[in-house]
Amino acid sequence: MSLASVTDTKLSRRSMLKGSAAAAGAFSFGFAVPFADEAQAQGAVPEINAWVVIHPDDKVVIRIARSEMGQGTLTGLAQLVAEELDCDWAKVSTEYPTPGQNLARNRVWGNFSTGGSRGVRESNEYVRKGGAAARMMLIQAAADGWKVPAAECSAAKGVITHKGSGRSIRYGEVAATAAKLQAPAPANVPLKDPKDWTIAGKPLKRLDTADKTTGKKVYGMDFKLPGMLNAAIKDCPVFGGKVKSFDAAKVKDMPGVKHVLPVGDSAVAVVADSWWRAKTALDALPITWDEGENAKVSSESIATWLKEGLDAPQAAVGNQNGDVKAAIANAARVIEQVYSYPFQNHACMEVMNATALYTPERCEVWTPTQNGEAALAATAEASGLPLAKCEAYKIDLGGGFGRRGAVHDWVRQVVTIAKQIPGTPVKLIWSREEDMLHGRFHPITQCKLTGALDKDGNLTGLHLRVSGQSIVAGIFPQNIQNGRDPAVFQGLNPPGPEASIGYGVPNLLIDHAMRNPHVPPGFWRGVNLNQNTIYLECFIDELAHAAGKDPLDFRRALMKDHPKHLAVLNAVAEKAGWGTKPPEGVYRGICQTMGFGSYVAAVAEVSVSPDGKLKIHKITAATDPGHAVNPAQIERQVEGSFVYGLSAALYGECTVKDGRMVEENFDSYQVLRLDEMPAVETIIMPSGGFWGGVGEPTIAVAAPAVLNAIFAATGKRVRNLPLKNTDLRKA
Amino acid sequence: MAKLSINGKTIEVAVEDDTPLLWVIREQIGLTGTKYGCGVAQCGACTVHIDGVATRSCSMPVSALTAEQKIVTIEGLSPDGNHPIQKAWIEHDVPQCGFCQSGMIMAAAALLQSNPKPSDADIAAEITNICRCGTYNRVKAAIKDVAAGGQMNRG
Repeated sequence: MSLASVTDTKLSRRSMLKGSAAAAGAFSFGFAVPFADEAQAQGAVPEINAWVVIHPDDKVVIRIARSEMGQGTLTGLAQLVAEELDCDWAKVSTEYPTPGQNLARNRVWGNFSTGGSRGVRESNEYVRKGGAAARMMLIQAAADGWKVPAAECSAAKGVITHKGSGRSIRYGEVAATAAKLQAPAPANVPLKDPKDWTIAGKPLKRLDTADKTTGKKVYGMDFKLPGMLNAAIKDCPVFGGKVKSFDAAKVKDMPGVKHVLPVGDSAVAVVADSWWRAKTALDALPITWDEGENAKVSSESIATWLKEGLDAPQAAVGNQNGDVKAAIANAARVIEQVYSYPFQNHACMEVMNATALYTPERCEVWTPTQNGEAALAATAEASGLPLAKCEAYKIDLGGGFGRRGAVHDWVRQVVTIAKQIPGTPVKLIWSREEDMLHGRFHPITQCKLTGALDKDGNLTGLHLRVSGQSIVAGIFPQNIQNGRDPAVFQGLNPPGPEASIGYGVPNLLIDHAMRNPHVPPGFWRGVNLNQNTIYLECFIDELAHAAGKDPLDFRRALMKDHPKHLAVLNAVAEKAGWGTKPPEGVYRGICQTMGFGSYVAAVAEVSVSPDGKLKIHKITAATDPGHAVNPAQIERQVEGSFVYGLSAALYGECTVKDGRMVEENFDSYQVLRLDEMPAVETIIMPSGGFWGGVGEPTIAVAAPAVLNAIFAATGKRVRNLPLKNTDLRKA
Repeated sequence: MAKLSINGKTIEVAVEDDTPLLWVIREQIGLTGTKYGCGVAQCGACTVHIDGVATRSCSMPVSALTAEQKIVTIEGLSPDGNHPIQKAWIEHDVPQCGFCQSGMIMAAAALLQSNPKPSDADIAAEITNICRCGTYNRVKAAIKDVAAGGQMNRG
């Protein structure tokens, strides 16, 4: 049998369990993996290698290790494999290997983690080699059959041809033979020059659209197992608090209720025959919380603490050259401003959920996850069973944005519930309120920027002090070295291939005073590039204004040694007609940044009505991702990134009161809707030679371009996000 | 106990009166194309048609409905996914994660049914569903395409 597809609802639990049992013990770790060796022994579909399966009818199944959450990685990665495989794109479909299979096969599929816009940029080489190696084996198999040298044969669209004799044969006909050949060593697998691509690099349609238009697609929330119960959960709304007591007797006779269960020491779940009944009973359940010390914390107390960090003597240095203190002391003019950026929830459209089945012998979880291996680890840890007795099946995500990657709190919960009802499958779905209260929030920071200008208005020194939260300290504290989190300097790093600052400033200091409130932080689409780009790019705009210079000219003067940053900036300036007169009442703002391996810039065009209403007419955005694997999907990522970035800029704020989040649903946590969506013009300008991500970088330029345009329109600098807190009416 | 007409079939379900239509559709009837997003009629992921009107089913108690009211879910919009809106959605490659798209499609179909040639302002006013991936411009383009092609006026 081929890999179990968790999205195939026809696949019964019984067949999954049977497949698992059949293969148990087949590997040294004892992982329950139904796989190709077994499949081939049974004369089933041949796996050419870990990435490529070819059916006798030429259908090609490409295995994808990264998770699909809307970003199109499934299509993009398949394009890269198919390109090197030289197969017929019309015959391509995809499937996920499971995390357990990956571990059992010595992690042949590499990293499952899907975040940081890394899908294509990190795995492109080995997935392309997977496709190329499979092509070489298929050609070799054909050549062996014809008794001719493989070098005399070539492949195109899934057909192998021998030049001399004109004979040809289809991939499906030689796949079984090819699968038995020795795979070539990766070093001996050459890859195509991207200029010769015919499948990769093309604006192909996604492979996974049809079922999303008919309701057929199964998300984690829709997943079902026979005999499954449903759980609703409440975790202590104050982070770090605990359950003191709950009165199960009050709800145990309500319709459909089966169990009222503690989940760890901080949460309670009701398990019922339907989720609605579970939630109804949970809402009626009397729970007393032990809220603890954190109940005293508020947004105001956090802001006071962070403000203190802006001038604290201790700070970790991220980027430094020259003597910024002296530059400021000797400046003709010093400009100083403080910015701030709030907590935000990812607010995925699909709330957190997972289904688990626990027995003392085995624990399985089905869940939308950005990192199947982390979900598997969470399953093992929460079940108390060894990894070899656990499996996590990935389901496509109804949004991820970083929430479903590094931390699998909901998986631990569902396993903890399932362990109390062994043998009964249970699906846990969070309410939207639970999802809003128990996010892994965009980190909160403030930033003090000090700029030194000489008498001619040139920037001679810049000090950028960030005070606030470290995601790494909250999630991977072992990676903090001497109090320094290198990830907080995203977009502000010294020159290099990742997230480097685009300006040459003679005297520069960028440092971070870490202040970690009790609110759990998370990687939030765009991560630290979001606020860092606002801080730097809005302040650069302020400096240009103070120097009496055009914001584009002022930037260009600092970018002589940063040609790739400059190229995207110039591209948007030209396309948007920077320097030409905009329509009456329309004003422009510009910015650039670099992160997730790509260079990006944007021009926003806005107007502000006399009563202070903002209208964002258009954003022109340029991306240099090195190589562009699917320009049509990059366009969609750029447009989508602006919805995410503008939602944050306009509305995104989670407020802390009495130690817990105030906003519990979309009525108080507004996001951008269709009526506010600007036109987007996307420029894709791959310059080659590197691989950058596209899911995140342009989020970071949405807000600063708009904020700089608002200044042009109103003379108002918005330094505290979100915008909803600022009155834009002309003073 | 409630009697409902869903996708052309009359179905009896045993639920409490205050159970939202959304959860009856998902849990009792077993049609999971209609999604839970917020539970407070904010996001539109749960949009279905009731007598042709786009309705947020998460906030519609089942007791407020009669068997005469025709409820249509995404599964009942067309026999083979060939409603003009569904075809336009595929043509424009609209969905990203896709989770909100059932509701988005149902809202768009209802809009075009009542207003076959909507202006940009009509679309902005009527399509208030939340999409976090950010498909809005493709949604708009697909709706305008169907309107321009006049596919909603057939028959």
